[in-house]
Amino acid sequence: MIYCISEIVLPAAALGVLGALAAVLLCVVVKRFAVVEDDRIGMVEELLPGANCGACGLLGCHDFAVECVRRGGPEGIVCPGAGEEKMSQIAGIFGKDGAGKAARNIAVVGCGGAYAHRFPAAIYSGPKLCRIESRIGSGPMSCSYGCLGCGDCTSVCPFGAIRIDPVSRLPLVDEGGCTGCGKCVEACPRNLISLRPQGPKGRRVWVGCSNRQRGAVARKGCSVACIGCGKCVRTCPFDAVEVRDNLAVIDPAKCRLCRKCVAACPTGAIMTSNFPAALSNQ
Amino acid sequence: MKKLTFRRGGVRLPDSKLTAGKPIVEVEAPEVAVVALGQHIGRPARAVVSPGDRVARYQLLAEADGFISANIHSPVTGTVKSIGPVCGANGYDIDAIIVESTEEDRDSDRAMMPVRVRTDVEIAAMSPDEIRRAVRGCGIVGLGGATFPTDVKLTVPEGKSADVLIVNGAECEPYLTSDHALMLESAEEILKGVEAARRACGAAQAIVGIEENKCDALRRMAEAAGGYPATEVVGLRERYPQGGEKQLINAVTGREVPAGKLPIDAGAVVVNVGTAYAIWRGLAYGEPLVRRIVTVTGPDVEGRGNFRVWNGTAVATLLELAGASAEQGSKLVLGGPMMGHAAINPDAPTMKGTSGVLLLPPSMSGRLEPDACVRCARCVSVCPMGLEPYLISTLCRFGRVKEAREHSIANCIECGCCSYICPSSRPLLDFIRLGKSKR
Repeated sequence: MIYCISEIVLPAAALGVLGALAAVLLCVVVKRFAVVEDDRIGMVEELLPGANCGACGLLGCHDFAVECVRRGGPEGIVCPGAGEEKMSQIAGIFGKDGAGKAARNIAVVGCGGAYAHRFPAAIYSGPKLCRIESRIGSGPMSCSYGCLGCGDCTSVCPFGAIRIDPVSRLPLVDEGGCTGCGKCVEACPRNLISLRPQGPKGRRVWVGCSNRQRGAVARKGCSVACIGCGKCVRTCPFDAVEVRDNLAVIDPAKCRLCRKCVAACPTGAIMTSNFPAALSNQ
Repeated sequence: MKKLTFRRGGVRLPDSKLTAGKPIVEVEAPEVAVVALGQHIGRPARAVVSPGDRVARYQLLAEADGFISANIHSPVTGTVKSIGPVCGANGYDIDAIIVESTEEDRDSDRAMMPVRVRTDVEIAAMSPDEIRRAVRGCGIVGLGGATFPTDVKLTVPEGKSADVLIVNGAECEPYLTSDHALMLESAEEILKGVEAARRACGAAQAIVGIEENKCDALRRMAEAAGGYPATEVVGLRERYPQGGEKQLINAVTGREVPAGKLPIDAGAVVVNVGTAYAIWRGLAYGEPLVRRIVTVTGPDVEGRGNFRVWNGTAVATLLELAGASAEQGSKLVLGGPMMGHAAINPDAPTMKGTSGVLLLPPSMSGRLEPDACVRCARCVSVCPMGLEPYLISTLCRFGRVKEAREHSIANCIECGCCSYICPSSRPLLDFIRLGKSKR
């Protein structure tokens, strides 16, 4: 009988003692080596999208939160993905009202050559990835600078803010979702996507073409190609347009969104967004 | 005769040499020659003429820009019309010099006879350095397809030595017969070029490797080699990619080129038979590399054959000459079906590296829809470099290039055996190429 009790009780007691010792040790270690982290880091992080896109210029969302605490509020740094409401909440954590507004960048696509504007030049049956297709040749459509439409930009976007339009077969940017992180800019093998400041009321004017061929050649491949004629340069009252290598470029810093160039462009290569519909038709 | 082959991997392809044994047909120089500035591996050449200049055939148009680069000469007498971008074979713009010739120019070109500038005795007396300089002057590049400047190849770096010059007559690509035709018609000249190249790189021995499907060329070359004690001709078993430098060295000498190293590290220098011929033309006639033999072929091409073509001739002209008509959905390939490049623009010019023009009918053009990998490991067993294509390709697909590098992606020679053998028709090589291109 005694033998039996010792067989059950002794191990239980030994384990109990060991457990108690370990608990004491853990308590000591936790107290001794505790890392004090500001609660606000966690609170800020909770409000951030958590996509680690890097659009704020920092390494990721945690870094952004740490930086906020270091600066005592979201001073001079903005998370474009969080949106204004969340940003003011973040400012609220630090006892400030209203977040600083940063110039927001949005991805714009420098190709307006929809399916109807170009013509098929070849058949491609390899993997549906722009970066593979562009290495093999100039692609199935007639312009060797234009969008391939396989959607490499779509698959890298952490916010699902860019998609391929099924009719035009060109990427469409969802302005609400785009944070300007620049992932799509890097992904595009043709360097078609660029970041532009959003402008007042989200209005922007940009050249929807990246073709650097001579005008006649470019026009042969696409009916809405920039032919480098320079009409926009002459029309612009603010000296914001420049033709480089047969391609017009609008400087967003100088552009005052008057849209005179849009009307002047003979091929309709200049694109606008967020202007009132009635005016856009002019 | 012994039949050699390389040790690892490789596939036996249906050889489809439809133009085997066809004589070489001389093609007239084009009225408008489009001479690309980047016809070789390395830096594109720098133009030394300007629009409006009169140029003579064989005149220097653009000079080598750096050590790994090559001179480019005019294939026709005429006037430089423009220097600038033209649409290349793959649809992208390439920089080219356009030379236009008049009827008179072409008559004078036709009347031009090759003039011997050096006798065989004089060539035999040239020092290795003189040979290399002459080869560089003539803008000779490897005609097997990689278009690496030949003089660079023949320059053995300090501290290394080549004891054997291997001459590539394998022509393991299906359809292509340009080297075959050249070996049949100009065996003597090739061997003279081989002799000069052998002396230039200081090798004691030269070995010509020819695949056994070309037994007439093998016999012809072996007969001609009787007069060259340092040159041996060996037969190779038919296997792709036997013409790859590392595979050929392994097949002929049994040596293995260490990973990431060059053939010279195995004591070998490899040149193509076409290059050897060009070397001889350059030394004996001072003729720069402005023409080469191009196989124009395809299952439905009526007038297929081997043509001696001046550089800068439009591919469309060659197709027309061979009576080929490209219908909707057919595929145009410059080079062989395995290593060649699909062409979008048939008006693109031929270059130093254009070994063949292959027109495949629509039924042979498309790719099959890829299925899931069934882990059969056939790609592993055919890889001549001993890699694991299924693994590397998947890593590249998911952007894990660093891991792909750990699996020796850089050793891939892009022969395409893996994509060819895959029963699920997976585009393995496409993804491997993608990974290789990433920094």
